[in-house]
Amino acid sequence: MTDTAAEAGDAAARDARARAVRATGAGVASPAAPVIRTRGLTKRYRGGRPAVDGLDLTVPAGSVFGFLGPNGSGKTTTIRMLMGLIDPTSGTAEVLGRPMPEAARTVLPEVGALIEGPALYGFLNGRDNLLRYDRADPTADPRTRRARVDEALARVGLAAASGKKAKQYSLGMKQRLGLAAALLRPRRLLVLDEPTNGLDPQGMREIRLLVRELAAEGTTVFLSSHLLDEIEQVCTHAAVMARGRLIVQGPVADLAASARGRLAVTTPDPGDAARILKEHGLTGLSTDGDRLTADAPPAAVDLADLNAALVGGGVRVRFFGVERGSLEDAFVALTGEGFDVAG
Amino acid sequence: MSQAEKSPAERAIDPGPQGSRSPLWTLGLLRSEISTLLRRHRTYALLAVLAAVPVLIGIAVRIETGGGGGGEGGAEGGAGPAFLAQVTNNGFFLVFAALAATLPVFLPMAVGVVAGDAIAGEASSGTLRYLLVAPAGRTRLLLVKYASVLAFCLIATLVVAVSALAVGALLFPVGDVTTISGTRIGFGEGLVRAGLTALVVAVSLAGFAAIGLFVSTLTGSGIGAMAATVGLLITVQILDSIPQLSGVHPYLFAHYWMSFADVLREPVYWDDLSKNFQLQGLYVAVFGSAAWARFTAKDITA
Repeated sequence: MTDTAAEAGDAAARDARARAVRATGAGVASPAAPVIRTRGLTKRYRGGRPAVDGLDLTVPAGSVFGFLGPNGSGKTTTIRMLMGLIDPTSGTAEVLGRPMPEAARTVLPEVGALIEGPALYGFLNGRDNLLRYDRADPTADPRTRRARVDEALARVGLAAASGKKAKQYSLGMKQRLGLAAALLRPRRLLVLDEPTNGLDPQGMREIRLLVRELAAEGTTVFLSSHLLDEIEQVCTHAAVMARGRLIVQGPVADLAASARGRLAVTTPDPGDAARILKEHGLTGLSTDGDRLTADAPPAAVDLADLNAALVGGGVRVRFFGVERGSLEDAFVALTGEGFDVAG
Repeated sequence: MSQAEKSPAERAIDPGPQGSRSPLWTLGLLRSEISTLLRRHRTYALLAVLAAVPVLIGIAVRIETGGGGGGEGGAEGGAGPAFLAQVTNNGFFLVFAALAATLPVFLPMAVGVVAGDAIAGEASSGTLRYLLVAPAGRTRLLLVKYASVLAFCLIATLVVAVSALAVGALLFPVGDVTTISGTRIGFGEGLVRAGLTALVVAVSLAGFAAIGLFVSTLTGSGIGAMAATVGLLITVQILDSIPQLSGVHPYLFAHYWMSFADVLREPVYWDDLSKNFQLQGLYVAVFGSAAWARFTAKDITA
């Protein structure tokens, strides 16, 4: 299956990127110190169950960190605590090595954020929106303001539409303008909450390119998403949240590897194939049309022997191979549930 | 890009978070706040309504006196708002008549809309979270918001006064001013008194503006905050008109509002004016602190 090769190629590219990022990240003051670290971070809204429960999150410097979880799993609450917008019920959060929300005034100028979608002044044009946000930053230099705003607009591809009132913007344009606000200054950390929401496929690709570009410059990117393949495509590290708890975190390659692969066979004779594979001790068989999958056999079994057995049994094989575990498989394995909204 | 990688030139233009923070920054934010306020259509609608009140009063008085003779207008004027009787003789008094007509409801209603919307409006549009992560700082943002509401109080009052002066000069004769005490002062001196009066009226609204700002920190709905603030105004005005409640009247923020007329006495009668200022100061202190306590501890979930 070509997908398998593509995925392997992707993984290699990602690893190379991770190395490259780590290399450029070495220029940052203290590459070893995590950019975000929380200890027992908990938020309980009035009465209800904790929205975030005992979170121990560590985001390494220079990483593109995917923060995954279904809607309602506590991602946004975590981000708001990291940004000093809400106070944790208990636990601590450190951003860029300083405690939040106490150090908000020194930390936040070095952090660009897109939280729960963009928010704009509809009666102002795109450029004036950015000017207003930049004026709210006490450490932003007024002398370079216009130049920095123009640069940010150009970077997200909004230069031509900057004179239009923001209320006339499409959802995708608003998202871009929100991103531009996060890029008004060189940042050490970018927090992007669902950055591709409302974007068309072309816009999504541009965002992914932008994230890679920023990471290559040494910016740590903290990217929350409920889209697994988005995380797989750009992230070096990931953490998975469900029902307010952190289920797992680590390098993406490790997470995906922890999922057991699946043996996949494409054949016009799925019935015979299933019988033969079963005879050879394979478990977890499932058939979907001419496609048959099973849990990958233990390493002791030579796949070539299995294939020979199939062909010897008169099964015509179109495709035969083990598909590497995806992040989604890992997620399902970890949570024992699908990727749905937490009830 | 790390700090270390920057060239000296870049560092000069971007002082970074540890760099010097311009003390004028708060003024820059205030300027941004006021200019944002003045670029909203809503602000102009409010100011247009306020500017229309003196026009309506002026035309009404003019028609009344033109149709039935001066005597009738003068006789009925005693029952209407203060200063209305003098308008026919001197258009200058339209400034005071208009302020007396707008101060009980129209002016504070406009202020209530702007003050109630100050924080809650930013919260409901979501822009509040971006201002705070900029980071504008909660205390500074609140101070800047209050300062811009005070600026709006002054702008709104001046709009009424200037509109009244223009209409008064257009429709009626203007000349030397007879004060409430019966003495005459020159027209120039009268203008100074009118300006002073506008300032007093603007200050009179400071307490109510603080209440509006406090209400604004309580909710994430701009409309809700505006409605609550204006509702409170109407309630207080009703309470202030019930004689049986005279015991609480001196503590109602609107009770001394009409003292602005004392500016037109010779010499200026300061007793009620200073009581008004003290009361406004008290309201600003109490509701300003409450707004601060609420806003700095609030979870911004919008």
